[in-house]
Amino acid sequence: MYSFPRLVREAFRRHSGWEPTWRSPEPKPRYDVVIVGGGGHGLATAYYLAKEPGIANVAVLEKGALGLGNTGRNTTIVRSNYLLDANAHFYEWSLKLWEGLSQELNFNVMFSQRGVINLAHSDAQRDQYRRRGNAMRLNGIDAVWLNRAELARRVPLLNCSDDARYPIVGGLLQPRGGTARHDAVAWGYARAADARGVDIIQNCEVTGFRIEHGRVRGVDTTRGFIAADKVALAVAGHTGQVAAMAGLRLPIETHVLQAFVSEPLKPMLDTVVTFGAGHFYVSQSDKGELVMGGDLDFYSSYAQRGNLPAVQHAVECGLAMFPSFSRLRMMRSWAGVMDMTMDGSPIISKTPIENLYIDGGWCYGGFKATPGSGWVFAWTIAKDEPHPLNAAFALDRFRRGAVIDEKGAGPDAKAH
Amino acid sequence: MLLIPCPHCGPRSHIEFTYAGDATLRRPADDAPLAEWADYVYLRDNPHGPHREYWHHVHGCRAYVTVERDTATHAIVTPGGEAS
Amino acid sequence: MSAEPFRLPSGGAIDRTRTLAFTFDGRSYTGHPGDTLASALLANGVRIVGRSFKYHRPRGVFTAGPEEPNALVRVGEGARAEPNTRATMVELYDGLVAQSQNCWPSLGLDIWALNNLLAPLFPAGFYYKTFMAPARAWPAYERIIRRAAGIGAHVPHADPDRYERRFAHCDVLVVGGGAAGIMAATAAARAGADVMLIDERDTLGGHLRGERGGAEILLPYLRELAADKNVRLLPRTTAFGVYDHGTVALAERVTDHLGAAATPSLPRQRLWMVRAREIVIAAGAIERPLVFAGNDRPTVMLASAVRTYINRFAVLPGRRAVVFTNNSDAACTARDLTAAGVEVAAVVDARAGQAVVATTGRSLRAVAISSIDDAGRPIDASRWIDCDLLAVSGGLTPSVHLHSHTGGKLTWEETIAAFVPGTGAANIRVCGAARGVFPLADSLSDGVRAGGVAAQALGLKPPALDLPACAPEEPWSIRPLWEVKSARNMRGKRFVDLQDDVTADDLELAVRENYRSIEHVKRYTTLGMGTDQGKTANLNGLAIVAQRRAETIATVGTTTFRSPYTPVALGALAGPETGKYFEPIRRTPLHDWHAAQGATFVEAGQWLRPRAYPRPGESFNAAWRREVLSVRGTAGICDVSTLGKIDVQGPDATAFLERVYCNGFARLPVGHGRYGLMLREDGIVLDDGTVTRIGERQYFLTTTTSNAGRALAHLEYLLQAVWPELKVRVASVTDQYGQIALAGPRSRDVLGKVADIAVDSAALSFLGSAVTTIAGARVRLLRVSYSGELAYEIAIPAGHTVAVWEALLVAGQEFGLAPYGAEAMAAMRIEKGHAAGAEINGQTTPADLGLARLVSTKKYFVGRRLLERPAMADAARPTLIGLTPVDGVTPIPAGAQLIADARAKPPVKMLGHVTSATFSPTLGRPIALALLTGGMARIDETLVAASPLDGVSVAARVVHPVFYDPAGERLHD
Repeated sequence: MYSFPRLVREAFRRHSGWEPTWRSPEPKPRYDVVIVGGGGHGLATAYYLAKEPGIANVAVLEKGALGLGNTGRNTTIVRSNYLLDANAHFYEWSLKLWEGLSQELNFNVMFSQRGVINLAHSDAQRDQYRRRGNAMRLNGIDAVWLNRAELARRVPLLNCSDDARYPIVGGLLQPRGGTARHDAVAWGYARAADARGVDIIQNCEVTGFRIEHGRVRGVDTTRGFIAADKVALAVAGHTGQVAAMAGLRLPIETHVLQAFVSEPLKPMLDTVVTFGAGHFYVSQSDKGELVMGGDLDFYSSYAQRGNLPAVQHAVECGLAMFPSFSRLRMMRSWAGVMDMTMDGSPIISKTPIENLYIDGGWCYGGFKATPGSGWVFAWTIAKDEPHPLNAAFALDRFRRGAVIDEKGAGPDAKAH
Repeated sequence: MLLIPCPHCGPRSHIEFTYAGDATLRRPADDAPLAEWADYVYLRDNPHGPHREYWHHVHGCRAYVTVERDTATHAIVTPGGEAS
Repeated sequence: MSAEPFRLPSGGAIDRTRTLAFTFDGRSYTGHPGDTLASALLANGVRIVGRSFKYHRPRGVFTAGPEEPNALVRVGEGARAEPNTRATMVELYDGLVAQSQNCWPSLGLDIWALNNLLAPLFPAGFYYKTFMAPARAWPAYERIIRRAAGIGAHVPHADPDRYERRFAHCDVLVVGGGAAGIMAATAAARAGADVMLIDERDTLGGHLRGERGGAEILLPYLRELAADKNVRLLPRTTAFGVYDHGTVALAERVTDHLGAAATPSLPRQRLWMVRAREIVIAAGAIERPLVFAGNDRPTVMLASAVRTYINRFAVLPGRRAVVFTNNSDAACTARDLTAAGVEVAAVVDARAGQAVVATTGRSLRAVAISSIDDAGRPIDASRWIDCDLLAVSGGLTPSVHLHSHTGGKLTWEETIAAFVPGTGAANIRVCGAARGVFPLADSLSDGVRAGGVAAQALGLKPPALDLPACAPEEPWSIRPLWEVKSARNMRGKRFVDLQDDVTADDLELAVRENYRSIEHVKRYTTLGMGTDQGKTANLNGLAIVAQRRAETIATVGTTTFRSPYTPVALGALAGPETGKYFEPIRRTPLHDWHAAQGATFVEAGQWLRPRAYPRPGESFNAAWRREVLSVRGTAGICDVSTLGKIDVQGPDATAFLERVYCNGFARLPVGHGRYGLMLREDGIVLDDGTVTRIGERQYFLTTTTSNAGRALAHLEYLLQAVWPELKVRVASVTDQYGQIALAGPRSRDVLGKVADIAVDSAALSFLGSAVTTIAGARVRLLRVSYSGELAYEIAIPAGHTVAVWEALLVAGQEFGLAPYGAEAMAAMRIEKGHAAGAEINGQTTPADLGLARLVSTKKYFVGRRLLERPAMADAARPTLIGLTPVDGVTPIPAGAQLIADARAKPPVKMLGHVTSATFSPTLGRPIALALLTGGMARIDETLVAASPLDGVSVAARVVHPVFYDPAGERLHD
């Protein structure tokens, strides 16, 4: 149990009493459920499955070490400011889970509800954002419209003048949105899942699926065959590659997305702000770094590294919003690979193969979905049917024409 | 920056181009089954490794240039040519 | 006290003829050209320059280079102040103002240093284990955490300086102007290659500049390179990232070192994107500290830095020194100290089983030394030695960063106890100390080798090159000593990462808690996550983790090296594309005319369009409403030059358009136009516009302003990738033509006065097209209407647009012709129920927009098949309708959602949403368009247009979306 009194006790014995955060067991020959992918989503799924009565025998297989894919590479933004009902209800449920997550896991994930602001720079964009804000409110999600003066008060460093290339006309604020400590989410779920008996197996790469008569029977791994009644994929970034081993072709193109941080600074930006005249988002971490991100590099890639023009463009957007950031410095940059789907919405679904399930296609936004996705995916696996919250995220929606295209960008993976 | 070999303009920086995706897709016959059409529009092989793809030279000659590029390393495997 | 009490009376590469004044924390000091801020502070006896990140321990200058973890200060004043600047890299200039950071109220007395006392409560990752109860208190905890964190403070002013961007190509880019780099550049240049040689310092010469004798032996080569016109030398330039296909990003500090003396015409910094055929990395090596109790005190300093301060800056970092080392560099450190008159109290050599096991003093006063066993455990009673300087050297770590940026691998090299470059990009050669080649003679020849190999790869013949003679050196040797364990009864933190206050105990705790992967260790403890990115810390940390995991360092592996090598100003990354220049602005040929008439503008895409033409004393609303009534009553003209315009030509042009548009084009005669609706392959509307057949094989297409680029790319894709057999060419002519809409019941009269052809209804019927001359320009007319009135669009060679516009205005004067802007146009299109951007939003089908009747059933076209999917015809899809307020006066908010009951509690079922809303000047009341589930079947129902964002709900009646002249009589007249 983590607590302040325990920390004090440990301080007196030089922290010698802290136990391993999770065990490192050898894989068993057989599990009820094998989850492929030890990122936030896989670990959260394992945790909620293990909470489910009757399912005790769960393993998470991770090819490397936990949480080092997109869970550990994102800009940590959490929000539920969506227009379309399917997205709004799902992400709002996820946000509700975030709100109690540190206590639920007994691991401080530093969920910080400092608000998320989307800036609008034209009348048309204002109407579009207000349409979304109104939909949020009617869906029971918090949303506030801020005019320019209110924005200037709330975010004093913002360029709210008419001299801006794209002057700000207003902004949509979700006060309950914010940021969280990304690594802590993976570690917290891992610790809590482990405590409920889940085997977390690192350095165990899945190399193939055993499928008999249209039904999955287990997985081949670098540590041998592991039998499983049910197999669930949570390998966003590599969903296409892994699913291909099971013979599935997906509506996904893999793209590289970069992010970067400034040097640590004393508190200066107390909220998350996104630019509306280009793709850029920024917040300040508890350590003091400005955490920034922008567009994809816009070419398909599995390389987990990008090129400078995408970073330069993001910085241009950043300085358009915050001219005073110019003398700050980029200290570290990194890249992750994204499952970009053809409608910009995720896939949490059964597959044509019996007892094989997919959670993927998270585009730019999988981190905030972690608790919600784990929760509905666990439900989907346990009951072999989607929860109403993820029914719309089915794999067959493309053939049916029921896409969930929040931006209306069409069947172009990189455009979402 | 990637260097995209344009058959008209020579090797040019990728910022002159718009990436335009898988170049191996073939549009089905007009009367092909609906499922085949949906798969054409939505499904991708998305390989980890060599990938034949289009780069639209929007700030150049406007050609859709075909290139085979390794998605794991970004290396140009085969400088292609014009589309199709 | 004399000025610069720690300055040697002679020697060093400083200009003693000039004295520079500067301040640190408000106190005045002096230094000389050639000094860095760090060397000048040391010369003045300033030992404490900053506070550490977590425990706020006093810290001093630790290095003499870019790897500095401690000496971070704010440099400059006002809007030019820059936080977190490494004092070791700041060249001193007259008037420099520097300030310490991360302390309150002052550097000397810092309240936050209480953290140091509470340190037992703050092991690695403590924050994950507490601050959870009560849950609602977290924001308060977090406020305190945030205040304690961060290092420097941001300056809330816009940057007054400019940044530049340059692109360059070269055959060979050599990164690092030290011994190896200079030899590599010389070899490549003599072979005939076009060479760039860059170095992050102010002068080339590398680490030799800090050694006794300096870089003298390199000077002939440097002179040769400087005289070679095929060689570009760039000092003060950091290669911070290597990217794909031979791209290297450089940050050049152009005026940072000049202070107020900087020429205003020069940029502050310049970002270079260099495309090099061959890259030689000669980035040198960074000395490692040693890990022992109390290893963070001022003045514990890297041995190489001690030598540099003495030899290059003629500064004594102390007066009585102890040297603690595990490698063969100890001898020269002791020698240089002695030569400078510093008393060397002891050389503690780990190779002889000796170690420093503790230190004391706020600024260093004494060190305890002891014998140690192979595991670094003290094995006998320690003895204290008084000293005010401890020079430490734990070995050299090759700077492999750039090699690794594009995925280059590393190999563990036991003889130097460090990683060296393994396989990597084919065109990257690493040489000298960056490859683990340390002795000078070897490094020189390794540079020649690398330059030669690069030249050879380019097909050039590497020249013979005589190496400079250098003094014999003893072979480089090291005995790895990754940590000295704490001696009994000797407390003291053993720091691995000085900046982030990560200790060996933190690393041990992390491994014990099963954060075993080096990435987990890094993230859990923050090892290597400071502004120095762990340049001095990472390898020691790695080795300690390996030991705790009982595995080899090679097995544990490194974290990934990523750009930037050292932090880069955001301003430099953005370059000139800031402020007004963030993105270009597009202006129509008539822009100046509009501006002269006092038009207000609105942006669409990147275009500026006139929004309305308010007359003196007239409000914006009054202006555009007048403009609408003028069009409806008499006539108006509007600049529609921003529409996308595409020329389509070729024998298969008709067949192509048949496939591209969902409505029919096969029987469009020459000299006629038609409305065209284009779908995406998924059946969703892409764009709409007009198509005019101007010849058997030639068409003129217009697209909406915002979709012009997208529509053209769509057509090009279809022609090149899908139907290459079609003989058709398309070209954008958007900029080649100005376009004017002439609309209103009197528009024909106006046109008749200026055209040289008949324009009566028989000659130019609805959707008829003709070519005529107006004001001397050949223009194309299309009788088409967006406003719903009798109207024409006139396409004019761009340069004649103003003349034609003015001719129309003169001709129209008698009819009251007046210009109208985008706002009036938008209102009229809502009155007419035309779909525009808010309705053609990438989510709507033709049927959703009420355009099902246009969709041909007789042909295959792009989008036809996927339009047949079941969900595309779902009865629940929202479709276009009109709305009018029940009370006839309350505006319907744009962005409102449509619901059935204003009193319903969330979640409320939404039936649709308002897409476009305006006041109709023609009807004298507010109107709106909306997409509504059930659509036209709900005509006459009353719904609520709800905008909870501003607490407004308006009762609205569902009506036909065409509010004005639904039969279309006015435009067909």
